[in-house]
Amino acid sequence: MGLVITFWILAVVGVLAALGVVLLRNVFRAALSLVLCFLTVAGLYVTLSADFLAAAQILIYVGAISVLIILAIMMTREFQRGSPPNKLRIPAFIVAVLFLVVLVFSVTNTPWQISSTPPLMPTTAALATRLLGEGGFMLPVGIAGVLLLSAILGAVVLAREK
Amino acid sequence: MSLGLEHYLILSAILFSIGLYGALTRRNAVIILMCIELMLNAVNITMVAFSRFIVPVMLTGQVFAIFVIIVAAAEVAVGLAIILAIYRGLETIDATKIDLMKW
Repeated sequence: MGLVITFWILAVVGVLAALGVVLLRNVFRAALSLVLCFLTVAGLYVTLSADFLAAAQILIYVGAISVLIILAIMMTREFQRGSPPNKLRIPAFIVAVLFLVVLVFSVTNTPWQISSTPPLMPTTAALATRLLGEGGFMLPVGIAGVLLLSAILGAVVLAREK
Repeated sequence: MSLGLEHYLILSAILFSIGLYGALTRRNAVIILMCIELMLNAVNITMVAFSRFIVPVMLTGQVFAIFVIIVAAAEVAVGLAIILAIYRGLETIDATKIDLMKW
């Protein structure tokens, strides 16, 4: 029962925060609203018993990515102009609503094969075995390291003063 | 009333549609990037929900979500660097005014 109440609170706050990202005029407030949305997503991971992912979400999204976004807002000084919409507002709204309707229709009409096994609760060790163990994802983990290194180098080269 | 897979899937569909609407309509390039992050988060919720409800002990969805988070972090770093470079050159990050390469 507590899980259900937690889910509904997180869902309502998360959707409102996401609407705030899209609709708020002030860019800085939109960024803060995005941080709130990331936090509710971390809470949703907890309700899905994904403890490691909740911690990673808070460290990476709430900690690092939001700081990067706020830094970019500060450095571009665009926030006096706000975030005006472009000419596509009504077609984009129709497309988004149609997409949502199609998704909800297909989700509610698919017979999912729900498993009744209880989930693993401390997932960190199991995830490490899954990622790095026998028959795991050793190569993708290595490639992810290379990707992060090249992204850092690319960001430094792009953002450097000439 | 208990929580099912559909609750999480519909919630993430709502978040994805909000992000889609924002990415299509906003002019500020930073806001567009923020909406893309919103969409990636919605996809991550879907992955973790499938992992929790359909294969609870295999954790494949969570592994996939970890890789999505890694790629999203790289994407944000490079994307914001590109936005800063554009701002230095054009003095604006209005996506409708950045049309140098538009035919």
